Amino acid sequence: MQLHDSPAARRILLPVRASTILGSLALALLANFLPWNNVALAPDFVALVLVFWCVREPRLVGLGAGWLLGVLIDVGNGVLMGQHALAYSLLAFAAITLSRRVLWFPLWSQALHVAALLLFAQGVSALVRLAAGAEFPGWSIAVGPLIGAALWPVVSVALLMRQRMPVDVDETRAI
Amino acid sequence: MEHSPPPFFNRGPAPLVRLAFFASLSLALLVLDARFRYAEGLRSVLALAVYPLQSLATLPAAVGERIAGYFASQSQLREENAELRAKLLELSQAAQRYEAAQAESGQLRRLVGAAERLPLKATAAEILYNGRDPYARKVVIDKGSSGGVRAGSPVVDAQGVVGQVTRAHALSSEVTLLTDKEQAIPVQVVRNGLRAVAFGAGASGMLELRFMAANADIQNGDRLVTSGIDGTYPPGLPVATVARVERDAAYAFARIVCQPAAGIESGGYVLVLDAQAKRIPYPEEASPERDKRPGKFRKPRRKDADAAP
Repeated sequence: MQLHDSPAARRILLPVRASTILGSLALALLANFLPWNNVALAPDFVALVLVFWCVREPRLVGLGAGWLLGVLIDVGNGVLMGQHALAYSLLAFAAITLSRRVLWFPLWSQALHVAALLLFAQGVSALVRLAAGAEFPGWSIAVGPLIGAALWPVVSVALLMRQRMPVDVDETRAI
Repeated sequence: MEHSPPPFFNRGPAPLVRLAFFASLSLALLVLDARFRYAEGLRSVLALAVYPLQSLATLPAAVGERIAGYFASQSQLREENAELRAKLLELSQAAQRYEAAQAESGQLRRLVGAAERLPLKATAAEILYNGRDPYARKVVIDKGSSGGVRAGSPVVDAQGVVGQVTRAHALSSEVTLLTDKEQAIPVQVVRNGLRAVAFGAGASGMLELRFMAANADIQNGDRLVTSGIDGTYPPGLPVATVARVERDAAYAFARIVCQPAAGIESGGYVLVLDAQAKRIPYPEEASPERDKRPGKFRKPRRKDADAAP
């Protein structure tokens, strides 16, 4: 049975370190606060990294982390409080529910799952804003999630790098 | 007899329970923020927490700009310098004339007993980036409440009104542009003094005059300035030019679309006017029930358009 594309991916991974998770989430927040010219086209890095850790480590990262990140994004972007908190909570729930399924597919099929998840999160926040009386900004808001899903293979490889590093080899050991 | 699992299998509440908890928490926050505006305290505390990340994120662009400025060629600078000198000369003449006119108008106002308009305090600020919210039209500027910017202050650029400060953080503030769907500004037609309210038209980047009768005296190319009757925007700032008037007999109101005067979607530097500085103090002998009325009713209405700072 083939779990992943490359033979290297079939190795048993090291346990994840908390510093990797925290560092990647902080980097994603930083990327989200970058000044973009066209906000509709910018992928939501926080949602992407949150989905990644919810799929990989559903026992460590979940709804609480999603909610907290959502509140931080709401404040940082100056939007309605709770908009991203709700979207990320639902996103984390959906990602945890799908986590047993997603990892059986090769990376590109995983990206399709992720596209559905990110579009769902964007749809939730659009619904919230439309209910609060904003105007619909056009279908370009669906482009960001699709770009984010296209980045999924890159993000997966990058975030698993620390778990794929070899343990230091003892040259003098017999076996 | 208890059948609870051993502690190392314990995974806390079920995911659906957690989802219900966090979703209701978010919905409560949404209602508190959207309906009652109670979440501002929490927002300002968390804003301080994310500020380092935000400033770090905008650092590369700022550094790049500084480096590009360092390598600007000398001839370019000299050319720009000469251009600016010429402009300064031209503007200083205009300013002298304006000063004389202002003195004269103050004298006349004192003669007729009208309240004298107080000078505005203006703070220059730079636009840092567009707001990251596709559902609203906002920009973030680099002056906050520590720089004397208050929520509610009008923001202008060299050509006209840009918008209004809607949220002042400690070191940055959010400016809602005139083109935002929820932004309104009271205006006056320069040609005939007709008053109206201009609303943002959203994504098209235009303004709309709503609720103007189909036979209202408005033509293409009419210039609109702030009327100043709301007490927020000082009177006489250029706002927009009428671009299209559609009169349909089937509707009671005309559809009037205007092109904003300021470079709202572009431009780097803006002036934040101090909304408090121009408030005319209530007269000492004012009776308590008159005190409650906003000062805008007593403000003189002026039709001149030359008061842009």
